[in-house]
Amino acid sequence: MSEQVLPAVAAPPKRRVAIPPGVALAMLWLLAMVTIAVLADVIRPYGITAMDLRSRLQPPVGFGGGWLHPLGTDELGRDVFSRLIESIRMSLMIAFGATIIAAVFGTTMGFLAAHFRGWVEQAVLMLIDFQASMPFLILALSVLAFFGNSLPLFICLMGLYGWERHARISRGLAIAANAQGYAAAVRQLGAKPLRIYLKHVLPNIASTLIVAATLSFPEVVLLESGLSFLGLGVQPPMTSLGNMVGYGREYITRAPWIMLSPCVVIILTTLSVSILGDWLRDRLDPTLT
Amino acid sequence: MSLLSLEGVSRVYATRRGLFGKPVPVRAVDHVSFSVAPGRTLGIVGESGCGKSTTGRVALGIERPSEGSVTFEGATMPMPGTPEWRRMRARLQLVHQDPLGAMDRRLTVAAQVAEPLEIHGIGDKAERTDRVAALLRDVGLRADLAERHPHELSGGQRQRAVLARALATDPALLVADEPVSALDVSIQAQVINMLTDLQEARGIAMLFISHDLKVVRQVSHEVAVMYLGRIVEQGDPEAIFADPLHPYSRALVSAIPVPGPRRIERIVLSGDPPNPADRPSGCAFHPRCPLAVSACRAEVPELKAAADGRQVACHLVEAA
Repeated sequence: MSEQVLPAVAAPPKRRVAIPPGVALAMLWLLAMVTIAVLADVIRPYGITAMDLRSRLQPPVGFGGGWLHPLGTDELGRDVFSRLIESIRMSLMIAFGATIIAAVFGTTMGFLAAHFRGWVEQAVLMLIDFQASMPFLILALSVLAFFGNSLPLFICLMGLYGWERHARISRGLAIAANAQGYAAAVRQLGAKPLRIYLKHVLPNIASTLIVAATLSFPEVVLLESGLSFLGLGVQPPMTSLGNMVGYGREYITRAPWIMLSPCVVIILTTLSVSILGDWLRDRLDPTLT
Repeated sequence: MSLLSLEGVSRVYATRRGLFGKPVPVRAVDHVSFSVAPGRTLGIVGESGCGKSTTGRVALGIERPSEGSVTFEGATMPMPGTPEWRRMRARLQLVHQDPLGAMDRRLTVAAQVAEPLEIHGIGDKAERTDRVAALLRDVGLRADLAERHPHELSGGQRQRAVLARALATDPALLVADEPVSALDVSIQAQVINMLTDLQEARGIAMLFISHDLKVVRQVSHEVAVMYLGRIVEQGDPEAIFADPLHPYSRALVSAIPVPGPRRIERIVLSGDPPNPADRPSGCAFHPRCPLAVSACRAEVPELKAAADGRQVACHLVEAA
């Protein structure tokens, strides 16, 4: 059999996949957001607490305002554009940080449950049920009330939001994978559990986890705004997108631009993350391309 | 000197009937003993649910026997999941029935064939690449298929790729669990020929599990016929297929399609295979056996040596 001469066939050309325009726009937007977040201190024209009481509630350019404050000013005469830039940095940090923490923690717990089964699984499931049955707002309130509010604590707390979803998904998919051929086959080859889970199970279920993460990203942004609105999230003078929306609400009839500009940023960012996540899921699956 | 030997191996599962039902023990494998010598093939045949695959899994060490012992290369099979068990995987390999399910659909064929080498730390990167190329050539896969994903291959190519992966660590024993039943007949012949060629060239012992008697006859040096978790007849394949002694083997052999006029009368078994949770008393085959006598209902027949060195478990066959 091995002597048989096999005809050489040219390897198929590597497929180049064009990026659809919607995805390209989403990528551009997210890139811009990340750049703004990184360079916030450089591009911000005014300090976020710099008040200019003579030009309070000035409309943006195009609505009767001047170029001095391109997105207008708020009730204390603070530049909305500068505050928006600072808010983008704060909200992105919280949302990305929290989503990553939730995904990593949840997936780890799910894998532990799927691997050990027995009482470990029962304990993880109990934690999941606890998390799912408890309104997160109440949990957040009590934690913030007892431990005070600091930014790292707040990010970690947000990271607790949505971990149970990742844990459930990864547990279910890992159990299915272990029962299916490929994970059992690799186990039979003598692989250690860490290799099975990281090299085989995780890439195979990553598409579902990415979709779950892109769903929880906007929710974290909204949750952060909700908590900030209640005065429990980002504390003034620091600012975040949700914080801006919350305080701008009072001026919705007289100066809608205060809350409209952060709203637009929230909508576009969450939409971009969803579009990008959807596209990534398809790209990560070699059977679909 | 045998490579693998099973001594009185049983595997019992507990199943529950209904929500509050009592767990009922099911003996999937019941007091099975056999041994496989290096370079030889033992074929296991039987109908669906007779415990062939469970026997294969116990022999591989994936499952622990509930009773009895499995010895491989002179040592008892270690507990699954232990480091010794993992090291032993290099010596015992499984060829799956469903090659697509057994492969990770995200990795290329080359990456998957290299996987056992990486796991057992064999060779460096360059050596592994050479070895993978050689393995793919041995199983008759074109070099350009190495960079393909499993779903881009045909069924026969996938089974070849799975075989290349199983052979990567130079195993001493290959358990082939219905390796060709998912393939069509022409491809079956190719894969079987390749399997026997490779076995001869590398001196691998094989446990060949199948319900296809013709294939088993072609590859095996010895055949064991299983019925409801027990071996009912074991011996030389030519002898068993020419002159089956056990009534169940007779029914199986008569079911092999033959070209031309039929020499032996076709025996059609009545009834379904019995439920292993509700095993008939005595010989498990007696409700379907055309020759059953009263002793068959009362006493379990032991596997006894019969004529020409064969072993048969039947009250009606004279012991040698």
